Amino acid sequence: MSQRLRVNPIMCAGHGMCAELLPELITLDPWGYPIIARGPVPDELTPMASRAAAACPTLALLIVEEEGR
Amino acid sequence: MSSFSHGPFLWYATRAAGLVTLVLLTASMALGILNAGRFRTRRWPRFLVQGLHRNLSLLALAFLALHIGTTVIDTYVSIGLPDALIPFLSPYKRFWLGLGALASDLMIVLAVTSVTRLHLGHRAWRLIHWAGYLCWPVAVMHGLGTGTDHGRAWMVGLTLGCVAAVAGAAAYRAARLLPARRLAR
Repeated sequence: MSQRLRVNPIMCAGHGMCAELLPELITLDPWGYPIIARGPVPDELTPMASRAAAACPTLALLIVEEEGR
Repeated sequence: MSSFSHGPFLWYATRAAGLVTLVLLTASMALGILNAGRFRTRRWPRFLVQGLHRNLSLLALAFLALHIGTTVIDTYVSIGLPDALIPFLSPYKRFWLGLGALASDLMIVLAVTSVTRLHLGHRAWRLIHWAGYLCWPVAVMHGLGTGTDHGRAWMVGLTLGCVAAVAGAAAYRAARLLPARRLAR
């Protein structure tokens, strides 16, 4: 099992909290909306990914579990 | 009857815990408004405002428990636990104590719904979290209207300071809502 980050584009309001808490995987576009790095979340970053998802003001950052290959 | 539950100690503790709760709740309220207004500077990232809002709220809840606990244990005035949690039940200073009970209930609802926000969903949480705008003024009125210290100059001064802090945060948020400012990031 590996985790992937997803953004719900309808809920996201561009607060930018996720990029502050998880700069390793999330950067912001010029309008303040998140750009997620490709690929699964590295194991060492899963706690910070959970924290970033929980801190999202609109709960638009999602962690999706997927079957490992 | 022990001197612990009947002496002045508990009454001092109640007053002090009430004051600390007021200050913490005010800080939490101001930070919550700043957070909703997307307050951020180079030295104050968003997660700092949000984290402080969260932690100060939990700390306020702890001091609220102390405030209520010491009031209930103190036998000098007979205020039971139901009086502290069910608004306008207490025969002693029914109105002012009722405001305190109402604010306490709202604080508990706000805390529980925020801790379970991930399960509750954003829309329901946000709707409930508007109760914060009711909770804080009610708590301030409770402090103004009752207690040994109400009406004293320093207590009025402290309350005015709290109101100024929240008004300042609200002014910041209102200014951010103006259309001209919305485009300027």
